[in-house]
Amino acid sequence: MSERSMARAEGATVQPQLREVPAVRMEAVYKHYGDFTALNEVDLKVAKGEKIVVCGPSGSGKSTLIRCINHIEKHDEGLIYVNGVELDHQRKNIDAVRRDTGMVFQSFNLFPHMTVLENCTLAPMTANGMSEAEAKDLAMHFLTKVRIPDQAAKFPGQLSGGQQQRVAIARALCMRPKIMLFDEPTSALDPEMVKEVLETMKKLAEEGMTMLCVTHEMGFAREVADRIVFMNEGKVVEQAAPEEFFKHPKSERARTFLDQIIH
Amino acid sequence: MSHFSPTAAVSYFFNYFLMKGVLVTIGLTVAAVVGGLILGMGIALLRMSSNPVLAGAARFYIWFFRGTPLLIQLVVIYSGLPQLGIKFSVITCALVGLILNEAAYLAEIVRSGFMAVSAGQREAAWALSLSPWVTFRRVTLPQAFRLMIPPLGNSINSLLKATSLASVISVEELMRRSDMLMQEHFQILEVYAAATAYYLILTSVWDAVQRRLEKHFGRSSAAKARQVAASAPVAQASVEARA
Ligand SMILES: Nc1ncnc2c1ncn2[C@@H]1O[C@H](COP(=O)(O)OP(=O)(O)O)[C@@H](O)[C@H]1O
Ligand SMILES: [Mg+2]
Repeated sequence: MSERSMARAEGATVQPQLREVPAVRMEAVYKHYGDFTALNEVDLKVAKGEKIVVCGPSGSGKSTLIRCINHIEKHDEGLIYVNGVELDHQRKNIDAVRRDTGMVFQSFNLFPHMTVLENCTLAPMTANGMSEAEAKDLAMHFLTKVRIPDQAAKFPGQLSGGQQQRVAIARALCMRPKIMLFDEPTSALDPEMVKEVLETMKKLAEEGMTMLCVTHEMGFAREVADRIVFMNEGKVVEQAAPEEFFKHPKSERARTFLDQIIH
Repeated sequence: MSHFSPTAAVSYFFNYFLMKGVLVTIGLTVAAVVGGLILGMGIALLRMSSNPVLAGAARFYIWFFRGTPLLIQLVVIYSGLPQLGIKFSVITCALVGLILNEAAYLAEIVRSGFMAVSAGQREAAWALSLSPWVTFRRVTLPQAFRLMIPPLGNSINSLLKATSLASVISVEELMRRSDMLMQEHFQILEVYAAATAYYLILTSVWDAVQRRLEKHFGRSSAAKARQVAASAPVAQASVEARA
């Protein structure tokens, strides 16, 4: 609370560096759609390098939460800092935050009229002014990392869902983000393709990427997450290490949720 | 004259006077498409704007020009406006009428093309830090344009034929010149057979062009269809032809 009033008093867009600046800091964030409150006083702090899994019933505000972090959705009240930059609806701050964050969507959202390679080189070339040759090298580097360098010349529609999602991850990585946001990256996939995407995400986690993942893949959560954030009706109801959360969920709502998805 | 003379029809087809009318028809169509597209894109932008006054004005424009016959619009511009002291040449009247009318149809085509590009495409562009211009030019426009080609083609086909209405305000395009020949020689069927052949040739050539365009811009459209089916439901572009 005192930190927050200090930042306000100075009118600073960059928060004072007391300790290490968290990757994400949300304070009393609200988001409304008309009369409906999608985010209800959400507080969340994510340290650099931390891996967070966000879960909760459908409609609980998980997507809204994650989309507010890169300002694809505008929060109505409260404070959001990303790597110390305040998301205050100023263009330059929004740009700075979007450069620091990569996002992977449930429905991939690859550009269907461009090849896999073009999907990956567009942003580095147009937003970072990279030369075509440099951008292609970079794209091939990340396509190799997600293990589909051989598909570079194809169009997204010619790939399987799992391959498309891995391209989407590579495309985001080409902008060298410090934080990766995943919104149910495996929910639109056939079961046999879920694993290849989760493996890619695990690899990313091992390399120290800061990650916020909305997912119902509890195996992944157990293995990778440092912390589980459980949401219900727009509120963060519980936060705990995976062990703790799965063994001893504190709220009744989390218990019923876990019963439903585990059975 | 109790029979149809094919040789007369053929000679009308090669009649220099009629051929010049064909060129006027082509010129009117091209000018109306170009003018209509420019104006139509502007109206589509206003229609999609979040400003309710601008959006309302665009909506009114589209409602008005699609809700009244082109024939009345042409006659009002040609004979009605001089009453208010506004007078244009015949050809200007025809162009103004055709462009104003075509713009209303094209605005709806442009708008539905953009609406049919899923919100996820724009969100992905934002998340990648693409500028608004790059997002428009490289992400939304190419996808919207591909969706616009079929309705655009239909609209241009209709427009080609609708230029014949300009004959009523004495523009000497194909229809008017056919009338003039007919009144001179009274070979009604022969003259109109030649004119009909010209309209069929023009629309067929345009059909062929449209197919080429669809093929060219649809390179990965089958692949795209699969991806769209796999992702969130997308609003369908409402395709409308001139009544
Ligand atoms: N653009 C929107 N307009 C109106 N309501 C919305 C919009 N986006 C989300 N909502 C509502 O906000 C709530 C939270 O949505 P969301 O964050 O997508 O939930 P989750 O991802 O947890 O399923 C839902 O009830 C949803 O209907
Ligand atoms: Mg969601």
